Amino acid sequence: MLNELMKKNTLKGGAFIVEDSNPEDIFIPEDLNEEQEMVRQMTKDFAQQVGARGGKIANQVQILDEAGELGLLGSHIPEEFGGMPLDTNTNTVVSEEIGRIPGGFTTTYAAHIGIGTLPILYFGTEEQKRKYLPKLATGELKAAYCLTEPSSGSDSLAAKTRADLSDDGRNYILNGQKMWISNAGFADIFVVFAKIEGAHFTGFIVERDSEGLSLGAEEEKLGIKGSSTRQVFFENVKVPVENLLGQKGKGHLIAFNILNVGRYKLGVMSMGGSKRCIDISVKYANDRVQFKTPISSFGAIQYKLAEQAIQTFALESASYRISNLMQEKKEALLAEGNTFTEAILKAAEEYAIECAMIKVSGSEIADYVIDEMVQIHGGYGFSEEYPAAGAYRDSRIGRIYEGTNEINRILTVSMLMKRAMKGAFDFAGPAWAIQKELASKSNEEELKGVYASEKKAVGDFKKIILMVAGAASKMQMEGKLNLKEEQEILMNVADIMIDTFNAESVLLRVEKLVEKDNKPQSQEIYEAILKTFITDATARIQKNATDALVSFSEGDLLKMLLVGLKRFTKYQPTNVKVARRKIAKALIEANEYCF
Amino acid sequence: MKFLVCVSKTPETTAKIAFSGDGSQFETSGVNYIMNPYDEWYALVRALELKELHGGSVTIINVGPASNDAVIRKGLAIGADNALRVNAEPNSSLYIAKQIAEHAKTENYDVIFCGKESIDYNGSEVGAMVAELLDLPFISFANHLDLEGNLATVSRDIEGGIEVAEVETPIVVSAAKGMAEQRIPNMRGIMMAKRKPLSVVEPFDFADLSVPVHFQLPPEKGGCVYVDGENMDELVRLLHQEAKVI
Repeated sequence: MLNELMKKNTLKGGAFIVEDSNPEDIFIPEDLNEEQEMVRQMTKDFAQQVGARGGKIANQVQILDEAGELGLLGSHIPEEFGGMPLDTNTNTVVSEEIGRIPGGFTTTYAAHIGIGTLPILYFGTEEQKRKYLPKLATGELKAAYCLTEPSSGSDSLAAKTRADLSDDGRNYILNGQKMWISNAGFADIFVVFAKIEGAHFTGFIVERDSEGLSLGAEEEKLGIKGSSTRQVFFENVKVPVENLLGQKGKGHLIAFNILNVGRYKLGVMSMGGSKRCIDISVKYANDRVQFKTPISSFGAIQYKLAEQAIQTFALESASYRISNLMQEKKEALLAEGNTFTEAILKAAEEYAIECAMIKVSGSEIADYVIDEMVQIHGGYGFSEEYPAAGAYRDSRIGRIYEGTNEINRILTVSMLMKRAMKGAFDFAGPAWAIQKELASKSNEEELKGVYASEKKAVGDFKKIILMVAGAASKMQMEGKLNLKEEQEILMNVADIMIDTFNAESVLLRVEKLVEKDNKPQSQEIYEAILKTFITDATARIQKNATDALVSFSEGDLLKMLLVGLKRFTKYQPTNVKVARRKIAKALIEANEYCF
Repeated sequence: MKFLVCVSKTPETTAKIAFSGDGSQFETSGVNYIMNPYDEWYALVRALELKELHGGSVTIINVGPASNDAVIRKGLAIGADNALRVNAEPNSSLYIAKQIAEHAKTENYDVIFCGKESIDYNGSEVGAMVAELLDLPFISFANHLDLEGNLATVSRDIEGGIEVAEVETPIVVSAAKGMAEQRIPNMRGIMMAKRKPLSVVEPFDFADLSVPVHFQLPPEKGGCVYVDGENMDELVRLLHQEAKVI
């Protein structure tokens, strides 16, 4: 097993910009086995059963209990602590299907199983794990996570909540205020971050009935109204010293490590939500008759349906690819002798860049899909009688929590740079090769083979990242640019990276699907998705790269870089109208997302 | 107590039904399959509830090819103890009933359950045939079943009311809505399913009495035409010229 894993050329985190992958190296949702499909169906049935109940705060406890009975709360927890751990890909399936539940339960669920439970699983002492995990796995205890404060959101380490050791040395005394705390209304335990002596940022497990812990009123939110969101106040709350989580002053390790997995899950849940909204959109478009014709027969509507599906397909392809990368990394780390916890944490850390990217693209694709769902519904999209309006409001939080999309874009690029500097993969070599290529004459080779143009396009996207990031890094080293102060450029580079990763994931999935006999749609439809996505990604990348290049270079250098950009964006656009109509036709016939 | 639940695999409720060009076969490509909901939600779940009340075991039987195993394992995930698949490609209710009866005749089941019908062929025949072949009482479309010792109280909907029958086991019952409620398998059940026994036996030799020769789709429903309430002339014209009913 170990040999097998070590032999396999597993892509390192962030290395997709310099390395190519083979279709057989990636995992696609069509690879899910019978058991995983059964878990999918089970979770889907659960989501169906929850239905509109998910939109009411008063129902959350009951629904969490139901999830606990089905084993949906213990799927990350080892058996010795009362759970039934699933592999990463199966957990991805569960997250996807939970993502279909409207009204806010997804947040309740994620806050409980993710940021509420995982800090104890990953950083708790043996005693803490024995005390809390079995009850968290069944749902007997509900959890919440308290990091954000009124004056510290994205800058979470600037928290003001403090913890001081009591005179008798038995307790920490917590004082402070936390804000936007999901599950606060019913949580039995809170994972709280506070600064010991006002300086050492540290995690604590605080029980609900601790004296001095009180809650603010439910927040009046734009969406996810079923999720309980309150302030939590700590006024001389005594926390036994044995409830300190992890190490004194190392709270940041908990806070940041937990977020990697959380971001990934958010992206996946957004994908499930997007699929649900496509299902609703297609059904509505098929049923709604105007001018004596179902509106799904109109090109303008077909464009929307197809585009919803193309983007969701890309998100799905990227999600399962990352899922399996984390799964393989975890297996390899376990085989090397790491503990379960170490393996999971290190695997998520390895792919922290990809986790941030999927968070951004997941939440933005979901917003796109749902915005178009509202539009397809016309006036009915604006009515609370129909599901579109609620979904529209629920979705919007995705771009804000688990680190805003702006923070995640900055992280995407800065983590890439850090990994490159540390030598996690060879960045300088390929970047230098691009410089040389730019200086040489363009070599127009005839493209041969299946999807040769698309493969070249994806390769060129990577060259663009290297060209832009390489040129910016060079200027930074020469002291002519301080990228930290140039967030606009970081946004551009992050967007190019996201488009590139998604495009490559679609390409590899479509390539892999050639071999599959029993795929849901014909190869022609998948090709239409691939070519449309690459056509659009080329245009987006060209724009982002241009914006970045003109922001930091000028004169001959800029000219050379723009010529290079032109050379790397030569993908022959496909007939997107015809392609989208084909995709829409498949959707209209299936009356749901069908890829 | 020993319970046997007969289950079939059917296309899922939203599957697009199509037949091959010559109408000789059902087009299976792109079709997802499920356990027949009447077998799963009502027959199997009631059998499990009765086992939980009275002890015993629940066995699933299916007559079909290896590709049916996924559906059978779902039954094991929901809670059945073991399963048997008769390895065959059945073409008729009688063939299936013969195979089930052949297995059941030596196993002394107290109750043999099946769904009231399968949602594909809608035959509602297998249960009655099994009962006849085993010379057992049969109650169809049952929506409630209680056991006390070997006395079963079974109720079923009839036109305008409910009929309640008492019958001594062993019996064959076909289950309708109301008998039980859908039970979603839990994670532990799913993980245990592959460890539970699923035995496969070859069919006993039986020459079918009938074979299906042709399938076709029902004619497409015509669109609905709305006629303005004031426009009687148009209504009369449509009824006369298009619908040809006056």
